[in-house]
Amino acid sequence: MRARVTVTLKREVLDPQGEAIRRGLDALGLQGVREVRVGKVIEVELDDAVTDAPRLLREAADKLLANPVMEDFAVEIIDSAGKTVA
Amino acid sequence: MRAVVIQFPGSNADFDALHTLRDVVGVQTSYVFHKTPTLPAGTDLVVLPGGFSYGDYLRCGAIARFAPVMADVRRHVERGGLLLGICNGFQILTEAGLLPGALSRNAHLRFECRDVFVRVDADGPFTQELRGRVLRLPIAHAEGRYQADEATLQSLEAKSLVAFRYVPATTPDPRAPANPNGSLHDIAGLYGGPRRNVLGLMPHPERMAEPLLGGTDGRLLFHSAVRAALAR
Repeated sequence: MRARVTVTLKREVLDPQGEAIRRGLDALGLQGVREVRVGKVIEVELDDAVTDAPRLLREAADKLLANPVMEDFAVEIIDSAGKTVA
Repeated sequence: MRAVVIQFPGSNADFDALHTLRDVVGVQTSYVFHKTPTLPAGTDLVVLPGGFSYGDYLRCGAIARFAPVMADVRRHVERGGLLLGICNGFQILTEAGLLPGALSRNAHLRFECRDVFVRVDADGPFTQELRGRVLRLPIAHAEGRYQADEATLQSLEAKSLVAFRYVPATTPDPRAPANPNGSLHDIAGLYGGPRRNVLGLMPHPERMAEPLLGGTDGRLLFHSAVRAALAR
């Protein structure tokens, strides 16, 4: 079973990296990009024996993958066809 | 008085801390490897040194909290023992939940390597008789922007736990802003622990403890810690 945890900076947290990228896009002449926010995608392979994968991953994100002081996260379970199923 | 400096894979200011404590301040000091399950008996002061523990993987300091030695470091803090986290050590303290908040990417993204001026804003074992004094200390970090929610900041201020705050230089340099990283409330260092026995700070006091290195302000923290340890 595959899963994906997406970690993003909370809305209210300054993202200087995203701002630097936005300015880079501006310098490339790609107009119309108002804001860029940078996060992380963490891909996880789970044993099929895991019964409550979303719960396990939420706990993983809460305790380690994300820092709740400054980051939010989203958990997706992915089927063999690459589709998000949960 | 006995001090230890924890060595994590990727620590790089471990010798700086050992040298200052042992050779400058005159404290019996040794290294403790991160895999060691227990601190030496009679340890008064534990230092989490600067560096890039575990390669800064995931987030700065995020992996170090799982090091075997950290369980005994927590017991040391519960017993009232002194714990000092410098730079990456401060990041480890927040990730381990020993201090509140987090240290995020400097607001302008640059790695800042220069001297800053910090004012001592709180009393505690590392700052006895230093309150109000402005110290010149070096920094070297890219992730030092202190961040916490409003309730946490209010509580830190109300309990006077902000140990050090960035202040404008006494010799103004217009190119260098006083707050080098965009830290909220200009926070450079924090007290915590059951008896204010935990201190985390981004500047490196151990690198400003000898005239040869440009100043001795950093030595004051270690002398204060020695007095606090001997008084216990």
